[in-house]
Amino acid sequence: MAQKNRQRSTSAPAAEPQPASPGRRNLLKGAGLVGAAALGGSGTLIAQQGAEPAQPRIREALEVLTAAEVETLEILCDLLIPSDENGPGAREARAAHYIDRALAGPDAEDLEAFRIGLAAIEDYARRYRGRPFARLIRDRQESILLALQQNKLDGFLPSAGGFFDLLRNHAINGTFCDPYYGGNRDFVGWDMIRYPGVRIGASERDVELGADLPPNHQSAYDYPPYTKTGGNRA
Amino acid sequence: MPRRLAGADVAIVGLGAAGGIASLPLARAGMKVIGLEAGGWLSPRDFGPDELRNNYRNWPQAVQKAAGEAPTVRATAADRAVQGGHPMMNAVGGTSMHYWAQSWRLNPWDFRVVSATRERYGPGRVPAGSTVEDWPFDHTELEPFYDRVEYAIGVSGQAGNVQGEIDSRGNIFEGPRRRPYPMRPLRASPFTELMGDAARRLGWNPFQGPAAIATEAYDGRPPCQYHGFCNRGGCHLRSKSSTAFTAIPKALETGNLEVVPYARVIRVVTDNDGRVTGVEYLKGNEHFFQPARVVLLASYTYENVRLLLLSASAAFPDGLANHAGQVGRHYLSHHQGAPVTALFDRDLHNWYGLPAQGAAIDEWADDNFDHSGLDFIGGANLWAHTDRRPMSAARMSTFGQTARNWGSDWKAFIMKNADRGNSSYLQKTTLPYEDNYLDLDPEVKDPFGLPVIRITARYHDNELRIARFAQDRMEQWYREAGATRIIRSGLGNAMGASTHAYGGTRMGDNAETNVVDRWGFCHEAPNLGILGASVMGTSGARNPTLTAQALAWRTADYLANNWSAVAE
Repeated sequence: MAQKNRQRSTSAPAAEPQPASPGRRNLLKGAGLVGAAALGGSGTLIAQQGAEPAQPRIREALEVLTAAEVETLEILCDLLIPSDENGPGAREARAAHYIDRALAGPDAEDLEAFRIGLAAIEDYARRYRGRPFARLIRDRQESILLALQQNKLDGFLPSAGGFFDLLRNHAINGTFCDPYYGGNRDFVGWDMIRYPGVRIGASERDVELGADLPPNHQSAYDYPPYTKTGGNRA
Repeated sequence: MPRRLAGADVAIVGLGAAGGIASLPLARAGMKVIGLEAGGWLSPRDFGPDELRNNYRNWPQAVQKAAGEAPTVRATAADRAVQGGHPMMNAVGGTSMHYWAQSWRLNPWDFRVVSATRERYGPGRVPAGSTVEDWPFDHTELEPFYDRVEYAIGVSGQAGNVQGEIDSRGNIFEGPRRRPYPMRPLRASPFTELMGDAARRLGWNPFQGPAAIATEAYDGRPPCQYHGFCNRGGCHLRSKSSTAFTAIPKALETGNLEVVPYARVIRVVTDNDGRVTGVEYLKGNEHFFQPARVVLLASYTYENVRLLLLSASAAFPDGLANHAGQVGRHYLSHHQGAPVTALFDRDLHNWYGLPAQGAAIDEWADDNFDHSGLDFIGGANLWAHTDRRPMSAARMSTFGQTARNWGSDWKAFIMKNADRGNSSYLQKTTLPYEDNYLDLDPEVKDPFGLPVIRITARYHDNELRIARFAQDRMEQWYREAGATRIIRSGLGNAMGASTHAYGGTRMGDNAETNVVDRWGFCHEAPNLGILGASVMGTSGARNPTLTAQALAWRTADYLANNWSAVAE
């Protein structure tokens, strides 16, 4: 089954080669990914689209959180799942963007805990560390997050430790979910843990290759059986 | 006043795994059947390999009536009951839309726990306080119905005992079956081979467990493509043998089944003589009375019990079919928790696995081993399976190897180990006890103001001893396979709301200790049948769905063959 790749991947992931699969990223970079033929499930070839036009604009708005709240949230997500020498993290995955969208819709019940929690972190930073959270050095930010996890701060819903768990869950969802939901942008989360991507089927050979399969960078909704756009109905 | 509808021969309350099965033999026998389902229809186009939606957002497109009536839970009568979640879903096909689809027959021992234990070990070995009874029949009585369900919906597996001939590629402890499964088992994988080889070195007999998943083209449905996301995911190919794609469409083909979606049954109605006359249900803003000659309750254990208790009447002041005070008794949540989790030093190749694809060990289940020197009866089936998904993998334990579960060290750990962790599924014999029961919560209500079910139940010493024993065996198995780190979870206390909830309307010949008779009809209300695991008095050490389905077929078959005796 030949299928057009409608995804916007026009460049290899920014991650550096990882110790556990030293050759994989280089192979991808060499192949340039775009224009290469990626092996799909059950041995089918998924022809990737040829030279694509310039990368489409990425639009981001804030649906429920304020700009100041998201500034704090971005840092918290980065502390949890950092961009570091091992590659991109929650920041590149746009976990905070995912969280804003989730809080505006399916996870609206968590919105109050985020509003109160983010304000309490900002308040703590100003009151006890003398400056806005965003302007503290990273060690200071990290120690505040640790105090949050250890339930040592006041003013959170349902508690400091409870808000830490909520925050961590949302940051993980935003980093490793299907990119349709606004996180895991450019598949940085799936590449991070060497998940080779959603396939419509997996052959025994695919399973044997496992994490050594070239990542196909497919959202579930890149596939005709799953996407709900009318023209793609299987 | 509810609007009175035209009468039906049979009204089935709930078209899930059990009710969906029962609709087929009844419709084929020419009965006019109304299927009242709280959820709606879903199609294969509603399913996708989307972990956020399947596993974290709880299938938002399904009507979660169940979520509004989730049971409250407390360990003992001295505790305060707290409402948690409900593990089941509402849709045509019910939870069989997205279950793991493991489709076991119970082993022969599970049908006669009391007498088999006495015969082998003498008196005094059944734990004090347990209300366990032998089933009113043994496994040979249910075998023909297991067989019918396996072939009607399509179950794949490797037989271990065909008419007494043992085949070590399958479960050598299963009871004799008349013929092999209709399809070969799910395929092996590098991980199932790793675990299988380790088991054989230990002298155990590993095998791929049975699954209601097509492995070959079956009855117009294509085989499994192993893309994963099967754990709480519906199958876009219909390879998972949900009743929504098997029994229910076949029943509809007869023209004798009418499905009423979004129907919320609130009461089973009885006349002054105590005969059931039909059910009341709400649909949108409307209130209906559906008359029926026979009613089959198939709404899952909690709702079966709740509807009986909510249907108190002049003839049944303590709840329908509850003169003997047995409704809600002999309840148990299957002990499926207390897993062992392992870390390996190599990738396990589980990114495209299924919860129903794995290696099973039955040596330590039921009475398959000598308990003479042990302080418990029963045991556990050990299940090592291949399900692995990115969002849950990122939540894996770091086995004490990082100081925190966040930051650069943690990130480096999951980058390396996301496909190197595995958590076992240990299903254990769980017994009913005098002090474990369901009743109506005195305070917590559903959105219609009707009380929800309250679970008062805890695991007793027998379950906790099995759990420890099973963890020992599982750790041994993982270590033999090369696991470098092991975590053993707590052994458990309160019985929470479970996908494996048994009892509450137990089946047995003694009307003083059981709600339904050996055919599944209420001792006190003979034209009311009950379907699902609420009639089961023992758990077995394996998933209950196929047994609930075989019993549902048997009850429906009995009704079709004895119509006038039951309905008139």
